[in-house]
Amino acid sequence: MISKRIVLLMFGTTIAVACLTVRGARLHAQQTVTHDVPVSKSGGTVVMLCDGKTSIEVKNLKPGEMMSRAQAQAVSDDLMAKWRRAHPGERWEVAQASPANEGSMAAPAAAPSLSVQQGDTYASFQPRDYKVWKAETDNFVAEGKRVFHDAKALGSTIGVSCDMCHPDAANTHPETYPKYQVQLQRVALLRDMIDWCIENPVKGKALDPNDPKLRALEAYIYAQRKGVPLDYGKH
Amino acid sequence: MAARHKSVETKYMEDRDTVLRGLARLDRRTFLKVLAASAGAVMAKGLVPPHTFQLVNVAEAALDKTTSAIGASGTPPFSFAYVSDTHMYLRTLNQRFVKGAVKAVEDVNALDPQPDFVLFGGDLAQLGRPEELEQGKGVLSMLKAPVKMMVGEHDWFYDMGEKWQELFGPPNYSFDWKGVHVVVLMSVHEKDFWTARKLTPAERMQIVAGLDNGIQSRFEVGEEERAWLKRDLAKVPATTPLLVFSHSPLYKYYRNWNFWTEDAEQIQAILKPYHSVTVIHGHTHQLLFNQIGNISFYGMLSTAWPWPYAPEGLPPLTVQMNRADPYDQLDGLGDGQVNVNKDGLADMMYNLWDRNPVTVRAQYLRSQGKVYRPPAPQFASY
Repeated sequence: MISKRIVLLMFGTTIAVACLTVRGARLHAQQTVTHDVPVSKSGGTVVMLCDGKTSIEVKNLKPGEMMSRAQAQAVSDDLMAKWRRAHPGERWEVAQASPANEGSMAAPAAAPSLSVQQGDTYASFQPRDYKVWKAETDNFVAEGKRVFHDAKALGSTIGVSCDMCHPDAANTHPETYPKYQVQLQRVALLRDMIDWCIENPVKGKALDPNDPKLRALEAYIYAQRKGVPLDYGKH
Repeated sequence: MAARHKSVETKYMEDRDTVLRGLARLDRRTFLKVLAASAGAVMAKGLVPPHTFQLVNVAEAALDKTTSAIGASGTPPFSFAYVSDTHMYLRTLNQRFVKGAVKAVEDVNALDPQPDFVLFGGDLAQLGRPEELEQGKGVLSMLKAPVKMMVGEHDWFYDMGEKWQELFGPPNYSFDWKGVHVVVLMSVHEKDFWTARKLTPAERMQIVAGLDNGIQSRFEVGEEERAWLKRDLAKVPATTPLLVFSHSPLYKYYRNWNFWTEDAEQIQAILKPYHSVTVIHGHTHQLLFNQIGNISFYGMLSTAWPWPYAPEGLPPLTVQMNRADPYDQLDGLGDGQVNVNKDGLADMMYNLWDRNPVTVRAQYLRSQGKVYRPPAPQFASY
C-alpha cells in the first residue's frame, strides 16, 4: 500500500523521466532494480514509468539522444495519462497538499527568507522529499519488525522468533555496541549478536551482513531505541 | 530410573538443593538434617566455611524461625511447589522447551519431603494445539505430588479452552488446604478482537502469543468470574488466609505487553476484607513481587525463556534478577517453592537454575521493604 502511494506521489509532482532512474526497487532491497524496457520497433526510444509496466514509444528520439525539457514533460504527461486510464479510481495524493509529517523525519519548517541561509542543495529539498524519505525508512523498519516476529522468515527450525525473548526489541541494547563480547572473544557489533541469536536460540542459519533481512532487523532494533544515548562498550 | 553413578558435581548440586530447600522450613529435626547436608556439600566442593553460602543461610534461616513464630495463628505450615510457563511446542519441532519442563518436574520430584501439591502456573502449550496440551499433560503426569492446574492464554486461544477443559476440568475453582482458602482463577479472558477481523483460530492464537502484539485485547477476569469469586468467598471469614492463583498478575504492570489485568482494581476490592492474601501469578517470566494493601504478589519463573523487565511500571518492591545470560539457555529460568507460614503468610523461594536461589519473604513485602530485602542485582535492565 505504502509503496504504491509513493509511486503516485512521484508521478504527480515531478517529471516521469527523472522518476525512471530513481525508483523501482522493493523498498528494503539494496541494489537499484532496473526494469526490462522493450526495444523500440521504429528505431526510437521506449520510455517506461516507474511501475515497470506502463510505457510509450517516442519515435523520433534516437537512443542516446536527450529530450528538451518541454518534450520530456510532454512524454511524462502522456505516460501519466496512460497510467490513469488503466487505473480508473486509483487513490491519488499530491505531496505538497498533504499535512506535514511528525517527528524528526519531518521537513524543517519553511524558513523566513532572509534570516536563514538559502540556495544550496540541502535547502532545496521539498516537503515531499521528506515524506518519501520517512516512508522509505518506516517501510524498512516495518520489514525488520515483520522478520523479528516471524520464526519462518528468520529460518528457525524450532519455531522461535526474536520477539519471544525481546518484546518490542527490549533488552537488545543496540546502543551498547561495539563492545567486547567475552563469549565470542572479540569485539561484537549489533549484527554479530543478531546472527548469534539466529544461529543459537533461534536455530537458523546466520545471515550474511548484507542480507536484506539482517539489515532490516538492525533497522527495527535501532528504531525501538530512539532517543537513548549511544554508549558503546557498555556492559 | 535405574541407579547410576553420580559425579562429584551432581552429588554436590543435590546436596546443595537439599540444604537450600530445607532452610525455608526449619525445625529442630530438619535443622540437623540440613547441617549434615551442608557439611556434605561443603566437602564435595572442597570449600572451607565460612566461605560457603550454606552456613550463612542456615544462620539466617534459624533467625527467621524465631521471628515467624511470633504472631502465629495456629495454621499448620505447609509447602507447595510450582512449575510454570513451560510453553511446550511438540517435541518433534522443539525439544528445548520440553526439556525445560522435564527438568522442573525432576526438580520437584527430588524434593524431600514432597510438597503438599504442585501448582502449574499456566501456558503449558505454546500455540494451544490439542496435541501440545496432551503432550504437556504427559510431562506433568510424571510429577509425584498432586498437581493443581491453572490455565494461561497460550493454552486457551486456539480452541477457546475446549481441549484444556477436556483434559484438566474447569479453569476456575477453589479448595481449602490446612486452614487456607485457595482460589484458582482463569484471568486471561480477552474481549473479542477476532470476529470482526475474520481471524482463523490459528491466527487468533498467534496474535495472543505475541507479547508485543497490540491487536489483542487486555487480559481480564471478567464480570461473570468476578461474580463467581464473590459467591465463593461469601462463606469464607476475613481471618482465613487466602491464596489466589492467577496466570495474569492481578495488578497493572505494563499494558503494552499484557503484564496487566484490566479489572485488577475490582478483583483487589473483592480481596480487600481479608487480612492475609497472597497472589501467585505466572505470565511474566521473571523475579517479580509486589504489595498492594493487604495483598502480596509473587510472579513465577518460566521454564522456557525469561522476559526482560518492562520499560516502565515495575513495582517498587521488586528486586530485579540479574540480566539473563543469552549464552546459557537455562539462565533466568527455574521453578520454585512457596512456604505458607503459621500466620498464613507465604514466602516464595525462586529456584533459579544455574544461579543461587532467591527467597522473598512475606515480611519483606508486608514491611514495605524494611526487612529481609533480597540481594540487589549486579546487572539490572538496560
